[in-house]
Amino acid sequence: MEVRSPQFRQSAAAALDDARLQGALRQVRSRFIDKRAKGVASLPEFEALRENARAIKNHVLERLDLYLEAYEERVTAQGGHVHWARDASEARGIVLDLCRKANARVVTKGKSMISEEIGLNAFLERHGVAPVETDLGEYIIQLRGEHPSHIIAPAVHLNIGQVRDSFRAAHTHLPPDRAMEAPESLLAEARGVLREKFLSADVGITGANFLIAETGTSVIVTNEGNGDLTQLLPRIHIVLASIEKIVPTLDDMSQIMRLLARSATGQEMSVYTTLSTGPRRRGDLDGPEQYHVVLLDNGRSNMVGTEFQDMLRCIRCGACMNHCPVYQAVGGHAYGWVYPGPMGAVLTPTLVGVDKAGHLPNASTFCGRCESVCPMKIPLPKMMRHWREREFERHLVPADFRRGLKLWAWFARRPFLYRVFAGLGMTVLGLAGRRRGRFARLPLAAGWTAHRDLPAPQGGTFIGQWKRRRGAGR
Amino acid sequence: MQTTETARPRTALFVTCLVDLFRPSVGFAAVKLLEAAGCEVHVPVSQTCCGQPAWNSGDRADTRAIAEQVIIAFEKFDYVVAPSGSCAGMLKKHYPEVFAGDPAWQARATAFAGKVSELVSFLADEMGMAAVEATCPAKATYHDSCSGLRELGVRDQPRRLLASVKGLKLAEMKEADVCCGFGGTFAVKYPEISNAIVGEKAANVEAARPDLLLAGDLGCLMNMAGKLKRQGSAIEVRHVAEVLAGMTDAPPIGEGRR
Ligand code: SF4
Repeated sequence: MEVRSPQFRQSAAAALDDARLQGALRQVRSRFIDKRAKGVASLPEFEALRENARAIKNHVLERLDLYLEAYEERVTAQGGHVHWARDASEARGIVLDLCRKANARVVTKGKSMISEEIGLNAFLERHGVAPVETDLGEYIIQLRGEHPSHIIAPAVHLNIGQVRDSFRAAHTHLPPDRAMEAPESLLAEARGVLREKFLSADVGITGANFLIAETGTSVIVTNEGNGDLTQLLPRIHIVLASIEKIVPTLDDMSQIMRLLARSATGQEMSVYTTLSTGPRRRGDLDGPEQYHVVLLDNGRSNMVGTEFQDMLRCIRCGACMNHCPVYQAVGGHAYGWVYPGPMGAVLTPTLVGVDKAGHLPNASTFCGRCESVCPMKIPLPKMMRHWREREFERHLVPADFRRGLKLWAWFARRPFLYRVFAGLGMTVLGLAGRRRGRFARLPLAAGWTAHRDLPAPQGGTFIGQWKRRRGAGR
Repeated sequence: MQTTETARPRTALFVTCLVDLFRPSVGFAAVKLLEAAGCEVHVPVSQTCCGQPAWNSGDRADTRAIAEQVIIAFEKFDYVVAPSGSCAGMLKKHYPEVFAGDPAWQARATAFAGKVSELVSFLADEMGMAAVEATCPAKATYHDSCSGLRELGVRDQPRRLLASVKGLKLAEMKEADVCCGFGGTFAVKYPEISNAIVGEKAANVEAARPDLLLAGDLGCLMNMAGKLKRQGSAIEVRHVAEVLAGMTDAPPIGEGRR
């Protein structure tokens, strides 16, 4: 997927001007925030679980290699295969290879952000394999040739009218006068279309919410059950997962699981939780003949031991973006790559380079709401600040901003001169704004005054007045 | 912690650069409240800024230089109080991090951080102030500024003290705890996004139909007042300390002299 993060500013401006998108983005508030709050409130031990979950992941990240090897061993012992992929292109190659060996023409897919990260769909299509997304949201955006704008609600940027139009355009085999008003009718329509695909697919690809080292199991959670059909019906099941998905035991998984759905949608549990351990065994009634896991690194092992290690605790619940005022204002596409919102602002620079994704960690007010809701207690603002430090060190900050900052800091470090100039400046500004109490336009403050007035200073500084009133001795 | 002479804690006011430059009356309100709470108030006149603009822009060197300056000027007092959750948060939560890798200075910054509080929570939590002597006949709504709320736990203290102001009625707005879109340099680096966020905030403020909008951070207040005034709103905007101190003579933020 092309990285459009350098155009963040333009994309954000376009998003703010797009009335239909703004209407759709309202869903983020109504669908997620209150529900999460209720879900969390109904679980008194939520805070304790967060602490536990953090400890579990921190423990794993200290011994990532050991757990991954243990996991591989279990998978292999159960007749499955683990494929290690250093980067996106290796991962794509492995998947295509498996598809080719199986003579696969149609591949069904459960929801997977890793698939987005490696740009799998476009690659498979180019090589004659047809991927079919089976998660409703993913299916919709696949029809539209778009990318997800949210990590758990990929089509949240669309309204139902747009979905209806897409279905009408794509499902030409259905009667044009069919009922399409109710959301349920659209769901039923998608189900009908996808059923055919499930039955004709040669390979099923899913993501993984967890990999369990103890048992060699991969776990997915869905609300539609599409993941189960994707991985049970075809002959071959490929799991696409990144290395940080590993947890030691089933018990660890279930602890973190209690946080996941609550943080994401406020549900106690997602509707379906599916554990897969290897291919079909003799005597099993169903299951794939082959079970493959593609383990993607793509820069993650480089994060271990750095100030970005904490980001590897992320369980992709989406709470940080749901609660982010910037995400709520501009939506996910403005971020210009796979991962939007606060988690994307930290992750994207790691995966595509801060020179390209530099806007993202800057486009935050540091309000801290993301960190306060993150079930894994990831210090997102702090890590965005780390990115800003790297940018500052590498002179990636716009030159005029840097000069302004340096000038201000120069004065801030020289109290005497600061006093002289501040006193003077505020007296002048105070006099100029005395009658109206604010400025509608001011040179050097155009960004501010384009949208709001700038309150005028009262005139004179506090310190100046204090000195006069009390004498400088105190 | 108190000096014996007066038995009043020696409390230094970190007035913050915005209050110093834009609204000195908030500083005087803070002094009045601290004295009413029994503090001996000191104002080190060498203070400029907490360094947050540099810190949040990734400029560690300047941040450190400024932080050293602040610590040197303020560490000798019993308490350090700022009429801002954001600047108090910087001094209390971030200074120790600024000196990461320098154990001697980090220890000093950590000891210093232990003395720092935001004004209203300091009055309520440290000085045990339960009520104020003030009158303000108005219907007010209170915005929770982000750093105060999430870094320092400032939420109930201002509401409790406001409840003791004679004539004041508090009406909660929707999403009082959601950012106003100021974010320091964010407001000038991404003005359109900042505008969208403060537009949302202004709508929530208006919907509560108050006469008065209050908060504990001048940056947020200037942002919200700027938006409300641009939209022609009649809602007055003030720092919570002005109302608690009963010092509402100065024109509200963004209003001229009548
Ligand atoms: S950073 Fe935290 S809140 Fe955001 S998606 Fe990851 S786990 Fe969820």
